[in-house]
Amino acid sequence: MKVKYFAWVRERIGKAEETIEPPASVRTIEELIAWLSGRSEAYAYAFEKPKVIRAAIDHAHVKPNAAIAGAREIAFFPPMTGG
Amino acid sequence: MTGPVTIRIQQDDFDVAREIAALTNGRTDIGAVVSFSGICRGDEDSAKISALKLEHYPGMAEEEIKRHVDEAISRWPLDGVTVIHRVGRITPGENIVLVVTASQHRQAAFQAAEFLMDYLKTSAPFWKKEESAAGTGWVEANTRDDQAAARWTRS
Repeated sequence: MKVKYFAWVRERIGKAEETIEPPASVRTIEELIAWLSGRSEAYAYAFEKPKVIRAAIDHAHVKPNAAIAGAREIAFFPPMTGG
Repeated sequence: MTGPVTIRIQQDDFDVAREIAALTNGRTDIGAVVSFSGICRGDEDSAKISALKLEHYPGMAEEEIKRHVDEAISRWPLDGVTVIHRVGRITPGENIVLVVTASQHRQAAFQAAEFLMDYLKTSAPFWKKEESAAGTGWVEANTRDDQAAARWTRS
């Protein structure tokens, strides 16, 4: 699946997007955050406060317990500050 | 709804009068137009800023705005809606965002414009970064904006 990062999540990880293949045991957004956090210090820093992180699956906001099965594109970002 | 819906995300500035005219020209059914312009301030919490950099999530930003425009149309009798959000570098005094709502009567136009702005602030995927003499920093989300959006939630 494709993963995208925005704002300071993107800056901390050091890339805007990538393709990942998490193991089958990773089933939800919060489990994906935990799995990504274990990849390197940069990911751990980006996700150090997982409750602050917002997520979207296929362009729609989702909660941390949302299932990731079948997702084409998952995005992680801080709370939004547009308008 | 019988009117046009326009949603644009762009780097360029917009002309408020032209956007209002585009909604109302040639029509005699519209009795009220409300427009809200969000403008870049020169200071944030009394600290001077030199510019804002607006980042967005292409694709989702348009879809998220569309979802809220559709909800506004289902809640109020609207005859046209325009939402324009700029991205890129914006300096103090420049436009950031425009919401225009048209209706037969003012109440629907006022309420729908406020509803759309409250949701743009809290759920449209845009992020602001400030530039100042001290460096750059991401703008933090404001709990007042969350409270403003929450009052539109239907039970």
